[in-house]
Amino acid sequence: MEITDEQPVLSVAAAHKTYGTFTAVDSVSFAVRRGECFGLLGPNGAGKTTTIRMIYGFSPATGGTIQVFGQDIRTGFRRIRARLGVCQQGNTLDPDLSVLENLLVFASYFGIKRREAEVRAAELLAFFALEAKKRFQYDELSGGMARRLMLARAIINRPDLLILDEPTTGLDPQSRNTLWDRLLDLKRQGMTILLTTHAMEEAERFCDRLCIIDHGRVAAEGVPAALVAARAGCYALEVESPEEAMAEHLHEAGIRFDRSGRRLIVYGDDKAALIALRERFCAEAGFIRAATLEDVFLRLTGRELRE
Amino acid sequence: MITDARFSWLFLAVWRRNLRVYRRIWVINFLPPMLEPLFYLLAFGLGFSGLISEVVWHGRAMSYTDFFAPSMLAATVMWQAFLETSYSSFVRMFYQKTYDSLLATPLTVDEIIVAEIVWGATRAVIAAAAMLAVVAALGYAPSWQALAVLPIAFLGGLTFGAMGMAFTSVTSSIDMFNIPVFLVITPMFLFSGTFFPLTGLPAWAAGLASTLPLYHLAELTRSACLGLLGPASLGSAAVLAAFAAVFIPLSLVGMRRRLVK
Ligand SMILES: Nc1ncnc2c1ncn2[C@@H]1O[C@H](COP(=O)(O)OP(=O)(O)OP(=O)(O)O)[C@@H](O)[C@H]1O
Ligand SMILES: [Mg+2]
Repeated sequence: MEITDEQPVLSVAAAHKTYGTFTAVDSVSFAVRRGECFGLLGPNGAGKTTTIRMIYGFSPATGGTIQVFGQDIRTGFRRIRARLGVCQQGNTLDPDLSVLENLLVFASYFGIKRREAEVRAAELLAFFALEAKKRFQYDELSGGMARRLMLARAIINRPDLLILDEPTTGLDPQSRNTLWDRLLDLKRQGMTILLTTHAMEEAERFCDRLCIIDHGRVAAEGVPAALVAARAGCYALEVESPEEAMAEHLHEAGIRFDRSGRRLIVYGDDKAALIALRERFCAEAGFIRAATLEDVFLRLTGRELRE
Repeated sequence: MITDARFSWLFLAVWRRNLRVYRRIWVINFLPPMLEPLFYLLAFGLGFSGLISEVVWHGRAMSYTDFFAPSMLAATVMWQAFLETSYSSFVRMFYQKTYDSLLATPLTVDEIIVAEIVWGATRAVIAAAAMLAVVAALGYAPSWQALAVLPIAFLGGLTFGAMGMAFTSVTSSIDMFNIPVFLVITPMFLFSGTFFPLTGLPAWAAGLASTLPLYHLAELTRSACLGLLGPASLGSAAVLAAFAAVFIPLSLVGMRRRLVK
């Protein structure tokens, strides 16, 4: 089946997954278009990994329909996976093999011929700055190198859709930035990307569109900037331990605000109004900043720790 | 809508992966099957010859070492294949998450599991070949039929590899492999007409032992080494094939249940 421009690369329609009596994913729908980067955000246990596993056919969905490249994953799993790159959450590199062998052997699982695999592996080692490490054993790699190798391995088959489950979790700022730079390069080359992350700032910068899921349901979907504007506003006033009178006032005036522990966060598009609030209630303890995706995330999914 | 096949030749890629890892430590892999017969034959040849002058196998009298040398080939095939698809496969599946990464490629669960079993059989063939070289050099495999030990080792390797994989599919921790090793594999190792002919056992025990796959494997390796392959050998081969035909599907069903979450 040929893919037309309008047809999404990936479409998830009312996907549903239960484990026994527990519902991990409860009717999630979204679509990813060609060439875009789509983010899947949500707190721990929201169902992101489960959704991704249903997409590449690791876990069969209990209900709903998932189509990749216009094919149903239930019937076309082999054809689909031949064109997918998957970077799983957690390290699944082959510890019995060297860095270079990890790439060559993985290529063989896609039926890529030895000579071609060597060419691609050399390119990828250069692209991910792993050339000097190619004879290294797996346990000689740092966390950042291992993650770059995971990513290199995921694109050895030149996928049409790259799926990344928390690609930057647990990395130091340098490694994280290197990884995002590489992902940006891939995106510029036209790669379609679906990723999950807990790094809100990076998601805001990197994703063309995203959806926030919570308890296995889509809580919001859209362009990051539009989501922030619609759900939070342009600015946020953060106040440490304000007087009760402030909350009462906000409540009466119908102004959007959240509590987070002892902190109070007031949202608004009108900076002057927020400044006036600060003057009135908390000249010392308050500061005004731009609202972010993190505000939207916390507004939608609650500010308490999840079990 | 055409559904993608659950099995293809792509399974050989997983087999080649295992071969690649095996070759890296080939010295360690080769030494035991070559040294073991030396040690055993030396010990039994020197120590036993005074105690047991002859053994009788299917009406033929032979020295104890002539009887025992082919048994070692059978036992090695069993241990190599069973340990590979039990402990080693479990480590790859459970600790190294290798199967998880394989399931993000076009490979299917069936291909991965068949590749592991066939690899276990391959390992058994390699060990049997190394051991046969020593056994033959010492004069315990005087017939050209001894070369049939290699395909026999492959068949036996499939049988015991499939049994190991079937256990792996229902094993929750690596220590649990002690159960099949001590309740199934070790008794089989001792009582399958390997260390002494079944005629030495009471009738009921001999009857029981003759249903064991290792008994048939040892019959085959002994017949091959002594140049006595015949119609009865086909029966033994059929028994091994029947065990494989039961345990391969069992391990596929068990592994599908385990890996597809
Ligand atoms: N194999 C399984 N059996 C039973 N429950 C499962 C299984 N896999 C996941 N779950 C449950 O499904 C829910 C969603 O898990 P999932 O891994 O999809 O979350 P996530 O959004 O990826 O979280 P995180 O950000 O922590 O990675 C969790 O409550 C988890 O315990
Ligand atoms: Mg996850």
